[in-house]
Amino acid sequence: MAKTIRIGAGSAWWGDRIEPAALNAERGELDYLCFETMAEATISAAQVRKRRDPTFPGYDTYLDDRMVAVLPACLKHGTKIVTNQGWINPGGAAQRIIHWLRHFGRKGIKVAAIDGGLITDRVLELTHRILENGRPTATLSESIVSAEVYLGAEPIVDALRLGAHVVVCGRVADPSIFMAPMMYEFGWDPLDHRRLGAGNGVGHLMECGAQVTGGYFADPGFKDVPEPWNLAFPIAEVEEDGSAIITKTAGSGGAVNLMTVKEQLLYEVHDPANYLTPDVVVDFTTAKLEAAGHDRVRVTNISGKPRTPTLKVSIGCMEGFIGEDMFFYAGPGALRRAQLARKILEERFRIVKLQADEVRIDFLGLNAIHGAMTPQDAPEPYEIAVRVAARTREREEAIKVGREVDGMAVSGIAMTGKRVPHQDRTREIIGVWSSLVPREKIVPAITCYES
Amino acid sequence: MKVMLQHVAHCRSGDKGNTSNISVIAYSPELYPHLKAQLTADRLKAHYAGVVAGRVTRYEVDGLDALNFVAEGALGGGVSRSLCLDNYGKALSSRILAFELDIPDSLRHHLRGL
Repeated sequence: MAKTIRIGAGSAWWGDRIEPAALNAERGELDYLCFETMAEATISAAQVRKRRDPTFPGYDTYLDDRMVAVLPACLKHGTKIVTNQGWINPGGAAQRIIHWLRHFGRKGIKVAAIDGGLITDRVLELTHRILENGRPTATLSESIVSAEVYLGAEPIVDALRLGAHVVVCGRVADPSIFMAPMMYEFGWDPLDHRRLGAGNGVGHLMECGAQVTGGYFADPGFKDVPEPWNLAFPIAEVEEDGSAIITKTAGSGGAVNLMTVKEQLLYEVHDPANYLTPDVVVDFTTAKLEAAGHDRVRVTNISGKPRTPTLKVSIGCMEGFIGEDMFFYAGPGALRRAQLARKILEERFRIVKLQADEVRIDFLGLNAIHGAMTPQDAPEPYEIAVRVAARTREREEAIKVGREVDGMAVSGIAMTGKRVPHQDRTREIIGVWSSLVPREKIVPAITCYES
Repeated sequence: MKVMLQHVAHCRSGDKGNTSNISVIAYSPELYPHLKAQLTADRLKAHYAGVVAGRVTRYEVDGLDALNFVAEGALGGGVSRSLCLDNYGKALSSRILAFELDIPDSLRHHLRGL
């Protein structure tokens, strides 16, 4: 008898909405609900924060909100959860989920935490070259904040085999979070690159949540989407061979169609025939997509090639600061006043001897987003924000940006719109570099807790 | 007939390090050969001059009527280092909407937004 498993998305990044996860938990009839909550610098930013504030637990700041929203429905429907909310403390996150399970009156539920991906202390012995520029990773030694490996699906599969109802990890390749349930339920071999290619491909369609259900998509008059204020997160109905239907809960806004799926399929992909993940190399060029009903797209024939012998490593480094602020002009002559304001800022930065690697003064409303490729004949806007940013080595230098924008009120030019700054105008840069580590050097550890 | 690309294809950009990938997907299979013939990597790079500092590689996914352009040096050094307000470059793909294409009049009914 052909088995189909239903996998729903619970989040696509740290700041994602909560309600669509609850909707999937309540109405998605899911076997699994999978959460992706991390960005490129999440691990490093968490390390920096932990150092400054020892009370920071080191896992997703929205852990409580997300788990409270979905646990009751997941427990009622027998839906398992796979989530990367663990960040730098999967064990702490798992114990916090145990707390919520007990709060909801459920005993005997197993929660597994996966560790072993944080390699900060060993990264220089385990890695050799920086992928982006070919230089030795040893050149980063003075500025390293953290280093982590992108784990694949296997540790999650192992945790599910131990009977875990909830699996919490730190950094895992995003598609792997969604593929691990497929490997577990269908018994796929980790070296079966045909099935893993298909499964990882489906995981890639799911990992950005609403980006396949009408999000990051609508363009009025060209690509219209019903009720774009009410988007659901996707659901994949997956078969044993890795083919799947991508869909969403009925009654939600948004759309799942050939266009939304194609856009997400190629998102963040470089060579579509060789999309590297820890589990497999995915080949999207063989994919077949067909409409299979309203808001249902059937995805078949994504293929795979054998996985590489290495795992990707992200190395987060302290790289300085950015100072940023803006002020405004409107009405006739907005542009000429903005141009004079820019000239004044440039002279002021000379007077205060600003030491910056790069300074950027944009006219938001004219050329801030597309920069130097803005057409020369773009029309003069009615209103303009002069937006200035500088990248510096020292915090005191970055602070000068906000201070000089402060001066543009009383000591600036006519008819300048300005606010008293409410937000921090200076922030730290955590730059991320990539490297590779031989697969066999990384040994994930699984710890199980029970409510 | 000369039309802006926005009537012929839809697009999306994504980030990885200092590289942006821009997918350009024809609205119909009939439009794809014309898109493929005219929107070369060199022409896209020229259209993005001043922002894309590195190489542009074009991948063709004919089965999906799609082109995938990988543009290096497009994100100001990477999302955490960039001084661009749009540091992820998620508004980058819209620049190509203005690219002029020459489409046979007979395919007019496939165009969107006219």
